[in-house]
Amino acid sequence: MSHSSHLLDVQQLKTYFYLFDGVARAVDDVSFYLDRGEVLGVVGESGCGKSVTAQSIMRLIPDPPGRILSGRITFDGLDLVQLSMEQMRGIRGKRIAMIFQEPMTSLNPVFTVGDQVAEMFRLHEHCSRHESLERAVEMLARVQVPAPEKRVHEYPHQLSGGMRQRVMIAMALACQPQILIADEPTTALDVTVQAQILDLMTRLKHEIDTAIMMITHDLGVIAEMARRVVVMYAGKVVEEADTASIFNHPRHPYTRGLLKSMPRIGDRAEKKRRRLSEIQGMVPGLLALPEGCRFHPRCPDAMAVCRRQLPALELLEPHHKVRCWLYLSA
Amino acid sequence: MATYIAKRLIQGLVVLLGVSMICFIIFRYMGDPVLTMAGKYATFQEREEVRRALGLDKPTYVQYARFIWNAAHGNFGKSYISRVPALGLILERFPATFELATTATLLAFLMGVGLGVLVALKPRAWQNRLIMAGSLGGISMPTFLIGILLIMIFAVYAGVLPPFGRGQTVTIGFWRTGLLTVDGWKHLIMPAVTLATFQLAVLLRLTRAGMREVLTEDYIKTAWAKGLPPLKVIFKHALRNVLIPVVTVAGLQFGEVIAYSIVTETIFQWPGMGNLILTSIFESDQPVVVTYIMLAAFMIISINTIVDILYAILNPKIRYA
Ligand SMILES: Nc1ncnc2c1ncn2[C@@H]1O[C@H](COP(=O)(O)OP(=O)(O)OP(=O)(O)O)[C@@H](O)[C@H]1O
Ligand SMILES: [Mg+2]
Repeated sequence: MSHSSHLLDVQQLKTYFYLFDGVARAVDDVSFYLDRGEVLGVVGESGCGKSVTAQSIMRLIPDPPGRILSGRITFDGLDLVQLSMEQMRGIRGKRIAMIFQEPMTSLNPVFTVGDQVAEMFRLHEHCSRHESLERAVEMLARVQVPAPEKRVHEYPHQLSGGMRQRVMIAMALACQPQILIADEPTTALDVTVQAQILDLMTRLKHEIDTAIMMITHDLGVIAEMARRVVVMYAGKVVEEADTASIFNHPRHPYTRGLLKSMPRIGDRAEKKRRRLSEIQGMVPGLLALPEGCRFHPRCPDAMAVCRRQLPALELLEPHHKVRCWLYLSA
Repeated sequence: MATYIAKRLIQGLVVLLGVSMICFIIFRYMGDPVLTMAGKYATFQEREEVRRALGLDKPTYVQYARFIWNAAHGNFGKSYISRVPALGLILERFPATFELATTATLLAFLMGVGLGVLVALKPRAWQNRLIMAGSLGGISMPTFLIGILLIMIFAVYAGVLPPFGRGQTVTIGFWRTGLLTVDGWKHLIMPAVTLATFQLAVLLRLTRAGMREVLTEDYIKTAWAKGLPPLKVIFKHALRNVLIPVVTVAGLQFGEVIAYSIVTETIFQWPGMGNLILTSIFESDQPVVVTYIMLAAFMIISINTIVDILYAILNPKIRYA
């Protein structure tokens, strides 16, 4: 048993995938924490290990090919990595819930949405069929699905993407979990719907007092929702700070690149239109990671030492950690 | 839903009409019914009389209309050989074939789906590799070989199961059943297994493939994330999706099973329709053959319609189509 003042404390988590072509170090020595009731943003480009981190917390990594190699995930005095699957089932959904990127495919097509929400009450609170369906209607009303008493009898394909994501949120928050892991909950939605969903999540967060781990590659979402931010690159945390510091004084060249790639109002009006993506190149394949700092091939400030040795994640100032040689003495 | 069912029923009727046309052609132009009925040594007058009695002097379209009219009333004429109504002759044999085909299909479905799920969950376990290899055997081995092997092992060598016939039967109304006696079941086992093998192997492979695909779907990840136990995830959330195509195929196979039963019934001397139809073909007993074809078409079309409706119930997406 380990104790921690944080609600969720991830320490030195390593989750690897053992593939035919080699070992994909999808999450490699990742540490961060989440406090009661706060919103933590997790950002990074596609493939940098955000979803794998989330699935590791839920113990949803498919084995084979994946495995949590080492590390601790402390939640309420429990190390989730060490729990049996049976113990884990008491936590999943009930105390830590998760919603996914694709509302179109995340609901089971052959059951009504009412059934799928009601299942949470039957499973975790042992409600009767009738009572759980009534509570499902209530829950759908809370996530602002119009005509919920009618909608509970509909199938996912009869709902729009935004409505389905509301149903997913209703399902996730049904048992008032302490943590909600939202894995890119708005990426697949229209901009207006995105804003509605984010508003809804903010409101429900206060009502239910849930901490949210908000995974995204959209810094706009972070600016709107998160109090603190963890920036990930190729399976490593490269920067961690409160949202204001990240936006006002980004330290890591990767974070700066991400910020510069954000479109700003008036960009098009400027004489020289800037390219949307400011970072050269692509995220390296996990099977062919570069030596030293994993970002150095794309880094505008790369030095000789970056090619040779991986920098450590160091505390630069209170609540601001960076993994970069620019701020370290080798 | 109602329009959907109505549409399927009309489609079925059209197909049935097509089959009836083929039957009429067989009936009218294959073999000479007059010769069969009147005998080789009849005079010209006698033959003309038979021709008129059978209505064969009328124009073809009148004959066809009469054929349809009679068929719709369940009258397909009398067997040339036994001189009793062909339909009665076949219906008498129907329970035997139906019981065999139903048992075989149920066996194939339950075993196929059960083993398919098992294999999908642990594809690398050696027992499951063995099951997969076995299913390949089940698909490629001819029915008669399986039947003969079973007879050799269980009837001839071990002597625990009877090699032929239907055993002791009980008659309830018009239905003669072998399912109410131990002896009847003993006789049923080997033919049912023989008939089921191919179907079982197909359903097993279909279930396994479907299961492996469905288990990677997002909604299964959602089900795990809800905290559901494995049994619920697999048998509620995954299997329901896998079953949509499996039930369709199993239903359609039921028609095939009845058709394949000709071979199985011959091997095990099973007194069913398949056995009867084989004899009738050899004896050019057209009314019996035609009745059988019409009846088989009717059954297969009915089954297909039921399967389509079942599919609509299982798959909410097409219910409103
Ligand atoms: N089931 C799996 N099998 C094999 N490799 C996997 C699997 N899941 C993830 N990976 C590996 O982990 C890497 C990180 O994936 P992850 O889904 O965490 O990225 P992400 O940061 O969530 O990206 P995105 O923004 O596209 O969702 C992938 O590039 C892939 O190589
Ligand atoms: Mg992801």
